Amino acid sequence: MSGVGGSGPDGRVSGASTVRNGDEGGGMSGASPYRLVGARPEPGFEVRVDGRPVPVVPGQTVGAALHAAGIRTWRTTRFGDRRRGLFCGIGVCFDCLVTVNGVENLRACLTEARPGDEVTTS
Amino acid sequence: MPDVVVIGAGMIGAACAYYAAREGLSVTLVDRGAVAAGTTGSGEGNILVSDKEPGPELDLAMLSCRLWTELASEARELGGFEYEPKGGLVVAENDEVLRALAELAGHQEKSGVVTRAVAADELADYEPHLAPGFAGGVFYPQDAQVQPMLAAARLARRRPSVTLRTGTEVTGLLTERGRVTGVRTDAGDIPAGAVVNAGGTWGGEIAALAGVDLPIMPRRGFILVTEPLTGLPSHDASGAPGSSVGSGPLVRHKVYTAAYVTNVASDSAGLETSAVVEATQAGTVLIGASRERVGFDRTVSLPVLARLARQAVGLFPALADVRAIRAYCGFRPYCPDHLPVIGADPRVPGLYHACGHEGAGIGLAPVTGLLIAQLITGAAPELDPAPFRPDRFAEAAA
Amino acid sequence: MTAHDTPTPDAGGDGVGERAVGRYDLVIVGAGPAGLAAAGVAARAGLRVAVLDAGARIGGQYFRQLPEGFRAARPGALHHGFSRFVRLRDALGDADILLGHRVWAVERGPGGGFAVHCLEGREERARTVAAARLLIATGAHDRVLPFPGWDLPGVMTAGAAQALLKGNLVMAGRRVVVAGTGPFLLPVATSLAAAGATVAGVFEAGGRFALAPQALARPGKAAEALAYGYRLARHRVPYKGGRAVVAAHGDGELTHVTVAKVDADWRPYRGGQETIECDTLAVGYGFVPQLDLPAQLGCETSRDAAGGPVARVDRHMRTSVAGVYAAGETTGVGGADLAELEGVIAGRAVVADALGTPVAGDPADPRTEARRRRLAGFARALLRAYPVGDGWTSWLHDDTLICRCEEVPYGRVKEARDLGAADARSIKLLARPGMGWCQGRICGEAVARLAGEDPAPPRRPIAQPVSLGDLAAMDGRDEWKET
Repeated sequence: MSGVGGSGPDGRVSGASTVRNGDEGGGMSGASPYRLVGARPEPGFEVRVDGRPVPVVPGQTVGAALHAAGIRTWRTTRFGDRRRGLFCGIGVCFDCLVTVNGVENLRACLTEARPGDEVTTS
Repeated sequence: MPDVVVIGAGMIGAACAYYAAREGLSVTLVDRGAVAAGTTGSGEGNILVSDKEPGPELDLAMLSCRLWTELASEARELGGFEYEPKGGLVVAENDEVLRALAELAGHQEKSGVVTRAVAADELADYEPHLAPGFAGGVFYPQDAQVQPMLAAARLARRRPSVTLRTGTEVTGLLTERGRVTGVRTDAGDIPAGAVVNAGGTWGGEIAALAGVDLPIMPRRGFILVTEPLTGLPSHDASGAPGSSVGSGPLVRHKVYTAAYVTNVASDSAGLETSAVVEATQAGTVLIGASRERVGFDRTVSLPVLARLARQAVGLFPALADVRAIRAYCGFRPYCPDHLPVIGADPRVPGLYHACGHEGAGIGLAPVTGLLIAQLITGAAPELDPAPFRPDRFAEAAA
Repeated sequence: MTAHDTPTPDAGGDGVGERAVGRYDLVIVGAGPAGLAAAGVAARAGLRVAVLDAGARIGGQYFRQLPEGFRAARPGALHHGFSRFVRLRDALGDADILLGHRVWAVERGPGGGFAVHCLEGREERARTVAAARLLIATGAHDRVLPFPGWDLPGVMTAGAAQALLKGNLVMAGRRVVVAGTGPFLLPVATSLAAAGATVAGVFEAGGRFALAPQALARPGKAAEALAYGYRLARHRVPYKGGRAVVAAHGDGELTHVTVAKVDADWRPYRGGQETIECDTLAVGYGFVPQLDLPAQLGCETSRDAAGGPVARVDRHMRTSVAGVYAAGETTGVGGADLAELEGVIAGRAVVADALGTPVAGDPADPRTEARRRRLAGFARALLRAYPVGDGWTSWLHDDTLICRCEEVPYGRVKEARDLGAADARSIKLLARPGMGWCQGRICGEAVARLAGEDPAPPRRPIAQPVSLGDLAAMDGRDEWKET
């Protein structure tokens, strides 16, 4: 798992069930994706990424939840140890392969997160 | 003007060019497509002695095995072609098959094949993830594997006196007083002292340009390729005995059941499959091998893929949870007596044939190239090529 | 994971609306605008219809929907023409919608018809759906070109940025650069900006106004383009033409990109480079139709205006294989309006063919036909207005990855060419680009162009990874008997 990048919801991973991931402040304009569509998400749940809790809104994919939490990569390539996360986002490129509950090589961008999912990065 | 024109830049043609150049000849290697674009690029890269009954083909294979090790050490400096002397493990389903397998191994030993009997309880030492219940097997340390496309390409490029001309289709043969004196291509004539037909599955078409018959037919084979494995799949839900063995490659050698040998030698036109399972350096597992005589039909047959998968899972239960990501097919050049055609064509002076190796073309390429080079230069051939002579079919028919 | 569930196929007839049997009159692969439109038409005509889609919700890429869990009051705010989606959704009748179904293979079934082999859900449960007729509306994915640093985390396709936002309400990044070519860059940039991201710039490698002459010929599109332009201006997003992101940089993750001024062939001018800080790059060079399934069935292809393969159809959306239809991007990238219209035409043709009546009346409706011709003409003009310039190859270094899966750098592709690989397939055989997980979907176009070819139609007998256990379970079943 790579470090939290600039897009992470800084320090908001604890108490995840009350945190709406992705509902980030938009700087001066105050815009956010949630405000844009008038979202009032139902209570979320957590998945664990290498033991660390990550908040999820029901229906989000594993890849989206991780990305929203500032986790941009979750595997390394087998030859060059290159870091990989979301790339095509629609199940075509297989860059975002992830291990969930011990099942390897799931596409994070297609895999809907479920409460209690254990994600392991490599 | 080159001394030799070799038609076909597959593994056989590349080997012919390499050895001819090593004998001091200048060579032009032509192909209507790219290098390794035919059957060479559609196989697994097998170098097998284990699947051959004692006889002329096994003698070829033994010599070729030795040549491959020489080529591999020479090629290391060039970037290599993934030569891997990993050995083959042939397993027997029951005691009766094991007895037949042991008998075959005994005969093979007389031809110089190294064999090692493997008792049922020793199989796991070779293949920890092999399914239980096999009666035993035989290990063949001389079986090896190469990345055949790279091998062909590197061999074709190894000698400066070889000129490679891809995208050049041979449309006819130049003749003078009944003797072949070169080839006619869609990019002009190439006169030469000798012409080698290394056309593989299409070798019969080249022969036909010279007005002679070579009964080479396509025998289709499918190969399944798995996702790259990093070790054992950790989601092993199959309860395979191998699941407790820890990490390490799922498949370590070439592994197949004794039925494969029967299939290779079979004349049936119908579908025959016997899984040959092996890992590659890219991390994938390759699963062959099906055999069908259906012409040059590339239509994917899911029933064939399903059969291969079932047999592979039968060998390695942990493969059940491994995903296939790719499948491809190719056409083995098949002769009625399962032997290749190697030698000068007595009906057409100046024309040599080096084709029809069925599924053994990668393994037999170096020896084929060596024999052709020796025949062209008039040197004493290292092996008696009589069993492979091009005009043998006419005699059989007569 | 190895269990197989196969609805029993009927005895073979071509009856319509026989609810008791397991075979559908029509199976549609893809629940985007084309698939939904066709489903509505066919279901309303009384056909038994199933729509299969890999996604969790209908809509496809264009109308990608939010999960219910967001309880969005204004779901349309992320969409252009959301009311059209609502109409399509509400007109589906009693068509069965099978979501989370990834089709890994299609084949002709015994006694006519087709077997559609799927993997369902995260568990990848194998399932086969039987169909008398098949409509392939599998859409397209972003076309991407390699450049130094394109595999750094933070670089993603424009489509990925849209999917994150539309389907997950997640912003791709806080400070985003949008680059590539084609009109799709504009909605991506405006959505991100509206959602609160700072869009540091939109860089169109082609001409900024390449579309202008065509847009004038289609006033609706001109207004749409103006609206995007207005919104970009409102968010103070610079939109520049003749500029390309030629390198992405960062130590482990993206921190900045190099934007170069490029000529008409996309070759960078000397000295015309600037560095822009960003945490995310959304990049797209148009779209590539997904043709795996038509290729498996042997459907003929033709070439679009840019040389790419597309499924060849007649004016009723029939492919060259009897009983197989194609609509939407499968027949050529043309956008949602054209896709929907093609879906309607395909649906009508299926109904007529199933009932054994000539496709008179509706599909020959001169207004439909004229509208399709106009939209298809506009799509062709777009392809011509935003070609991929040959100069992208000058952005590559020897260590730039061409194939992300097998990690094949440009140097190895060049080496393969030197070894005698004269075409894309040989490059693949020698250097392995396209042999990995994605099966060349991402690098295939680049490898073909590096070989000096137009990309060939795909040959992917296994369109989605399938476990050997599931494949093995298919062995010996009656319906797999060879005929």
